[in-house]
This record gives sequence, C-alpha cells and structure tokens, in this order.
Amino acid sequence: MASISMPESHDWLSESARQRVQRRHAADKRMRLYGLAAIGLAIGLLGVLLVSLILSGYTAFVQTKVPLQVTVSPEQVKPDNLERGNYRKLVRDAFLDLMPVEMSRSEQRDYLSMLSSGAPFLLRDRVLADPSLVGQTVEIMAPLADPMDQFHKGIIPRDVPEEQRRVNDVQIGYYDQLVAEGLVSTPFNWALFFSPDSRFPELAGLAGALVGSFYALLVCFLISFPVGIAAAIYLEEFARKNRWSDLIEVNINNLAAVPSVVFGLLGLAVFLGFFGLPRSAPLVGGMVLSLMTLPTIIIATRAALKAVPPSIREAAFGIGASRHQVVTHHVLPLALPGILTGTIIGLAQALGETAPLLLIGMNAFITSAPGGLTDPATALPTQIFIWADSPERGFVARTSAAILVLIGFLIIMNAIAIFLRQKLERKW
Amino acid sequence: MLELVILILLVLCAFGYLMARSRAVALATQAGVRNHSLPAYHGAFVALWVGLPAFFLALIWLLLQDSVIDQMILASLPADMIAGLDASRESLIISEIRSIAGGQVFGQPEPAVLDAAARLNTWASLAGWAMVAACTCLALAALVVTRRKLSPSFRARHGVERIMDVLMIACAVVAILTTLGIVVSLLFEAYRFFERVPVTEFLFGLNWEPQIAIRADQVAGQGAFGAVPVFLGTLVIAFLAMLVAVPVGLLSAIYLAEYSGPRFRNSVKPILEILAGIPTVVYGFFAVLTVAPAMRSFGASIGLDVAPNSALAAGGVMGIMIIPFISSLSDDALNAVPRSLRDGSYAMGATKAETIKQVLLPAALPGIMGGVLLALSRAIGETMIVVMAAGLIAKMNINPLDSVTTVTVQIVTLLIGDTEFDNPKTLAAFALGLVLFLVTLALNVVALRIVQKYREKYD
Repeated sequence: MASISMPESHDWLSESARQRVQRRHAADKRMRLYGLAAIGLAIGLLGVLLVSLILSGYTAFVQTKVPLQVTVSPEQVKPDNLERGNYRKLVRDAFLDLMPVEMSRSEQRDYLSMLSSGAPFLLRDRVLADPSLVGQTVEIMAPLADPMDQFHKGIIPRDVPEEQRRVNDVQIGYYDQLVAEGLVSTPFNWALFFSPDSRFPELAGLAGALVGSFYALLVCFLISFPVGIAAAIYLEEFARKNRWSDLIEVNINNLAAVPSVVFGLLGLAVFLGFFGLPRSAPLVGGMVLSLMTLPTIIIATRAALKAVPPSIREAAFGIGASRHQVVTHHVLPLALPGILTGTIIGLAQALGETAPLLLIGMNAFITSAPGGLTDPATALPTQIFIWADSPERGFVARTSAAILVLIGFLIIMNAIAIFLRQKLERKW
Repeated sequence: MLELVILILLVLCAFGYLMARSRAVALATQAGVRNHSLPAYHGAFVALWVGLPAFFLALIWLLLQDSVIDQMILASLPADMIAGLDASRESLIISEIRSIAGGQVFGQPEPAVLDAAARLNTWASLAGWAMVAACTCLALAALVVTRRKLSPSFRARHGVERIMDVLMIACAVVAILTTLGIVVSLLFEAYRFFERVPVTEFLFGLNWEPQIAIRADQVAGQGAFGAVPVFLGTLVIAFLAMLVAVPVGLLSAIYLAEYSGPRFRNSVKPILEILAGIPTVVYGFFAVLTVAPAMRSFGASIGLDVAPNSALAAGGVMGIMIIPFISSLSDDALNAVPRSLRDGSYAMGATKAETIKQVLLPAALPGIMGGVLLALSRAIGETMIVVMAAGLIAKMNINPLDSVTTVTVQIVTLLIGDTEFDNPKTLAAFALGLVLFLVTLALNVVALRIVQKYREKYD
C-alpha cells in the first residue's frame, strides 16, 4: 500500500480525499468491467463459433432432389450382368423426359450436368438389390448436382453476373421450369448419415466415418477401461509408496500432457512399423486412442476410489475380508459411478481426437463402410479433415454438418456423464 | 480365428469354473472338513488359469504370425529371385504376394509369385488352425493341472488374489511401457535421421525444404533439413495464442474468483469448459471458414495485406481454445490464496481491485505461471488447428500477418500418405517429434514443480 500516501491532517471529508476515494472506486469498477468483458468475449467467441458452424452447416441436412421415372430396359441392363448395365443412359433419358423441349447440343449438356453424376449409381444399387426391377419402371429421387443444390439453397446467388457463378443462365432457365412444375424438392438428407464418402459432395455421407469411429472407440474402451481401472486400483489400494509407484505416478501425469501427435508417432513406429498391423485400421486407431485415454481414466478412477470413505474399508476389514475382497466387494461398486463418468469423458475426448489418426492413415478415401476392425476406415474427425480439405464448394456445408454431428455426439456423451454423476454418485 | 479361440476359451473357462466349484464342495463333504476357500474361489482359480495364458498365447501368436509367414515365404522363393535384394525390394515382393493372395491380381505376375501367393494362403489358414489347436491344448492342460490341485486345504483365494495382483501390476506398467515406447521409438528413428543429417544441421540450419530433398534423393537434400524456421514459426503461433489466452483467461478467472456470486460462477464456468471440450479439428475448420477470411477482409479495409493462412488466424483461434486452461488454473491459484490475506487487505481499506493487484496476484503468481506454462505446452503441441489454418512453407518470418509453419504441421504433412521408414523425409518427422516431446515434457515438469512448490507454501 505504499502508493497511497497519507496527508498530515487526516481530513477524510475534504474534497481531495473524496476525489481520491472516487478514483479508487472507479479503478475497482474498471477491473470488474475488464473481468466481465473477458468472460463476455470468451462466451461470445464460443457463440460465434457455434453460430457460424450452424449457419454454414444446416443446409447440408436437406438435399435438393428431383423424382425420375426410370424404365430399366433389358437392352441396357442385361439381367445376367447387372453390374455392367448402362445405368448412365437410363438415368439421362429419364432426366431428359422431365424437360420435353427442343435443346441444342450445348443446352443439352448444360441441362444434363444439372443432375448429380452419382445418380446412375443410385439406380444401380437399387437394381442390384432387387434384380426383378429389370423391365419395370422405377422412381428414384435423384439428387441434383452440387452447384444446382447450392443454387436452390440460395448459397449461390441469382443476381451476380453469369461468369461469377457456377450455374449459367441456361441452367437457371431449366431450373425455374423444373421448380414451376413442382419437381424440385428438398427432403431430409438421410444420405448424410447412411451413405459412405464420395467424390461428389451431393452424395457424400458419414456412414463410413461413423462406423469407423464406433469400431475405434470400441477398441479404445475394451483396452483402456479394464487396464485403466486395474492400474488405478493397484496404485490407490495396493501399491506401497516407494520409488516404483512414484515413477508410475509421475509417468501417468506426464502422459496426460504429451501432445496427441506424439501418440500418433508412437502408433506409426510401433504398431504399424514394428508389429506390422494394417494401416488405416480402426483396430490400430483404437489402440492409439486407448493409450491417450488411459491417463484420463486412471486419474478419474483414483479420484473416485479416494472419495470412498475409509470407514467402509475398515468395516469390511473388521469382519475379516481380505484386501482384495474389500476392494472388489465394497470399494469398487461404490466408486463405479465416478469411474464411469471419467471413462465417458475420456471416450468423448478420444472421439474428437484427430492428429494421431491422421498419422496412422485413417484419412483414406474409402467409399464403403468398414466391415471389420482391420478394414481401412476413416473416423468422424478425420472425415471432417478430409472434407475440409476438399476443393469442391459443396463440401463446406458437409463439413459443418459433420462437425454438428460430432458435437451432437459429444453433447450426448457428456450429458450421460453428468447424469451419472448427479444421479448415481453418493455423497458421504 | 481369434473369435473362435475366444469362444473356445470362454466355454472352457465356464466349464472349468463350474467343475472346480462343484468338485470343491464334493471333496469337502467327502472328507468331512471345511474348505479353506469358498468354492467360488476354486472355480475362479481354475477359470483364470484356463483362460488367461491361452488368451495371451493367441495374442502373441497373432502379432508374430504375419512376419513369420513373410520370412518363410521369402525363404521359399526361388534363389535367383531374391538374390541380392535389399530390404525395401523384399517388402515390395511380399506386399505383391499378399495382395495377390487377397484376390487382387494386377497384370501378369510371375508364376513363382503366384505359387507363393497360393502357399501364403495355405500357410495362413494352417497357422490359424495351429493357433486354435495350440490355445485349446494349453487351456486343456491348464485345466488338468489345476484340477489336480483342488482339495479342501488348497488356498484357492490366495491363488486368485496373486493372479489379480500380477494382472494389476501389469496394467500399471502399461503407463511406463507407453512412455518407454514413445521415448524409444522417437530416439531410434531420430537417431537414424541424424545418421543422414547432422544434429547441428538440424538444430541450427536456417533452411527447411524436406520435400525437395526427397525429389533429388541425393546429398543435395542435406542443406534442407535446418529446423530453425519451423521452431520460429511454432514460437510465433504459440506467442500469438498466449497473447489472446492469457489476458482473457486471467481476467475471467479474476472476475469469477473475486467478483462474481456463486450462481453466476456456477453457470459461467461450465460454459468456459465447453471451449476446452470442442475437438481441435473443429477449431481448425472455424479458423479456415470464419476467422481467416474475416481477418483478410478487415486487413484489406485498413490497407494491410493479410495472408490467407496467416499466423494470426491460427494463433488467435488456438488462443480461444486455451482460454479455459488458463482461466481454470488461475482460478484454482486465486482460490488457494488464504482468506486471511484478503481479509487483511480489506481491513486496511483497500478496494477489491487493489487487493487483487497488490495482494492476490503476487501471492498466486507461481500458480498462474504454472498454468501459463502448461497452456504454452498445449499451444506448442496443438496440431489440428495449425495443420488446417497455418502454412506449409517454412520461412524465417515473425510477421503475424504472413504465414508460418510449425513443428506439428511438418510432422503431419511429412507423414501423411504412404510412409517408408528409410527415407530422411519420414525420419525428419520423428526428429521433430523428439524435439516436441522433450520441450513439452520440460515445460510440464517445470510447471508442475512451480505449482507444487507454491502449494506447500500455504498448506
């Protein structure tokens, strides 16, 4: 308090004293305002983050589509060779049928490019699943190509010069006609969840990434949950305080702070390089993630074990239980809600982890969902990374939508953890 | 095959458990004495011995199977085909054989390769069945041996608890093994890198062009592995991140700890924690989607030329991510200052702001410093934000409006795609990883030291 000098005469009511007090109170108010401003800034930035993701992502939850009446003629699709049928021509003809006007060659090309190049594959998949469709007329909801999709959603504006947008005036003319006939609709985009990745933004979905993330998290859980609990019980209930247990403890605390990319290097060098496990596999991804989750689970489990009051242990010892019996019959069940909460939070962290998965190759372009633990796969965050890197404009909305899906999963997992903590945890 | 082994083992374990439990009861009634251990412990003892060794055998078998078969296939190839080949050519042949064995035939393979592929398939299925047989035999043997041990006086509980002890210690050692794995793999690969590029060159060289070094594939690449620009870029971005995070985090912590009421505090703290829970890939996309374009257009409006992947955008967004670390650690530090110091200051007539500035902050400084160092180590090790939002080209540059690259960006870009373990490009990533690991480790150790030392002072 050296800065506050006391005048000789202690006249606390003088004008100068009053001003001094006012200045000091003003400084106090400023401090309070700075604090509020900092909190406001942090929360505001969080809001900007979420709002910008929602604004750019919500359009990807619907998809612009037109209904096509496709006649699967046996000339184009031979019943004995369904795989190699000329589905492209069938879909083109059906799409041309929607617009019964004279077109020049270039107009026809412009018109046909309005339909997604993936539409024939939709038809092929339908016919492969049900070969009896050959010779019949099938209605498929074919997605429009990405530029038209964005034009319909208003992301590509109508009132800019033609050379500055990827939709030309001819296409807009046809588009307006299709809209006038009520053919263009925007149903909910289930393909986002149930289709695998694709080069075409209008077809790309998260199915492969969701399955890959599920497998990786499953492996991560199967390894880190039992190992983490066992290690924590040992350290908390059994280990004598000596150099070894100190070493393990320091180790665990340091592991929790090692950058995630270093775990990726470990996985690359040891799991892929030394043991020769397959690249891009959810098995390896899960193993790397489990090493990262382990410290979280161990620390949470130890905290939960510590929270069980010693009287429980002493009572159990008193009636002749062995140390193992005390732990397994009494302490562990009481600590379980806390352990589960920590585990779910650890798994939620693992779900969002990207860098180590990139290093072990879980960012491959894979057009089918993985069928097993050793199939090449992507995971949700790596899929976001792949899409964010894609040059097509349509992937911007897809990326934001995928992020919203990922955040949705994280919210669900954390909500479960909070629920467990509040409902099941006992207060002593 | 592993599924089959697990199924067989589960059945045998269940059988062993039930058999041993009823046998323990039967033996005790026969002899007219009490069992030393409860019958369930007899069952668990047998089940553990039946299941665990065989399961670990299966895991080890699976880990080694492929490399053993590869060696056998190589040895079985005609001598003129593998004569004088180095390791990388051998692995090429093996992967060709493997892909043919998997049903993907490209072009016209040599007949010897086709034969080898057929042999590989036979051997692989043979090895699979051999594993099932070996594991089943081991489990059955364990069943017979442990069954003989059962008697009323047998200390089954002690046996079970000893097995649990060993398992628990093994699990605790996993943490040490992980650290050891990190250190050994980084050191090993970095050593191989430093065999090709001198350490001094790497640590003090001013020129980083790893991609060019690969294309030339010669000594010409030697000058291009100087990592100083990469380190400098990392420091620039980390500094920018701290510039955002430290004031915002510290001021929010001060407000939460000293000014706010409990209700405000309890509702705001979780919201700040959300910032720490958002995956970093999301921040990276946010930087690319929103922050970088906004900064660019703002820069243009006041006549500044901002690079599309400027250090400012990456560092700023990283700062947002780090705010909750600083705020929660500073909050803890402020709360740990004893009540008496505050009361003393208030009793002198000081306002809250004066108390904070002249009493609390000096007292909490070590804790806050520890938190800042931990956050700094986060910022240095953070990967996805910079991979998506920062640049790839290493320049000696500290202008935040220009693009810089970081250690983590280089690690990821060097290792994405196919990786061969014998070119300097891949190994350089491990050398960078070693530096990253050592720096973050040192920061963490120092930070924890500071925090702990400070705690002892007031407890």
